[in-house]
Amino acid sequence: MREFKVKVEVKLKPVVLDPQGKTVLTALHNLGYDKVEDARVGKLIELKITDSDASNVKERVDDMCKKLLSNPVIEDFVVKIEE
Amino acid sequence: MYKFGIVVFPGSNCDHDCYHAIKHVLAQDCEFLWHHETDLERFDCIVLPGGFSYGDYLRTGSIASLSPIMKSVEKFAQAGNPVIGICNGFQVLVESGLLPGALIKNSSLKFVCKWVHVRVENNKNLFTANMKVGDVLEIPVAHGEGNYFCNPQELKGLGENSQIVFRYCDDKGGITPESNPNGSIENIAGITNKAGNVLGMMPHPERCAEEMLNGTQGKLIFESIISWLNLNKKVAGRA
Repeated sequence: MREFKVKVEVKLKPVVLDPQGKTVLTALHNLGYDKVEDARVGKLIELKITDSDASNVKERVDDMCKKLLSNPVIEDFVVKIEE
Repeated sequence: MYKFGIVVFPGSNCDHDCYHAIKHVLAQDCEFLWHHETDLERFDCIVLPGGFSYGDYLRTGSIASLSPIMKSVEKFAQAGNPVIGICNGFQVLVESGLLPGALIKNSSLKFVCKWVHVRVENNKNLFTANMKVGDVLEIPVAHGEGNYFCNPQELKGLGENSQIVFRYCDDKGGITPESNPNGSIENIAGITNKAGNVLGMMPHPERCAEEMLNGTQGKLIFESIISWLNLNKKVAGRA
């Protein structure tokens, strides 16, 4: 059995308005960072998983994302696996 | 007299308001249901109340939607029985897939707590059957994430299937951007499933069901449910 560190990035789909991101963008502009064109706020979920191989982990985590970690109606997810 | 079940998740906080409205104002039988219960046989209507189930962790309603009771609520709904989700209850219904779309952060980023007006958009469902299309109800809202979102195809489907029940409006029934408290797409305040027996709404009818609370129009929704039960649930030994 190996131990995997998994990072799941969950972000709002591009078509979904992100008022939090808009507010962050305005605040950055107020600080003088006027070259920032857009800001979107998402989530990072870190998991520690023990399993025999990486492909199992990938499949399981994709499943977890669809069932719980993300809401497919409004969010996209990216899974990154490290050993 | 019908039996209403009010589901209690850790963090529900409008459960007692719903209980009071149903039991004492509408004089119906009512019981709290801890979210681990799975037997809903004895109930005629299930209420998912407002609150902050599981502290709104991950996404509002997401953890509660996986509670043991939700599988039974799904079966209960599939059998055609009435299910109403109010505020957090609406969020649980969209997360569980019983209703389409999602509820995201209010466009103002603020928690909105005030009286709003909603217009009855259709009465082809058991929750507004006693009302007329175009009726304006005054009901309070209190939420941080009530901004209804769905994709354009889903929105089209909602319209075509008469699933949009309430839209935020001004006091005369005008659908205006100013009367939209949270940025919901097309001012949507409440929707049903295709069959019309599962309603999710952000405003709180249980908070305006008696004179003492300065509003009684919320009562109309519960009365519509009871009228429907009168027509459809004449079970021996009941009603």
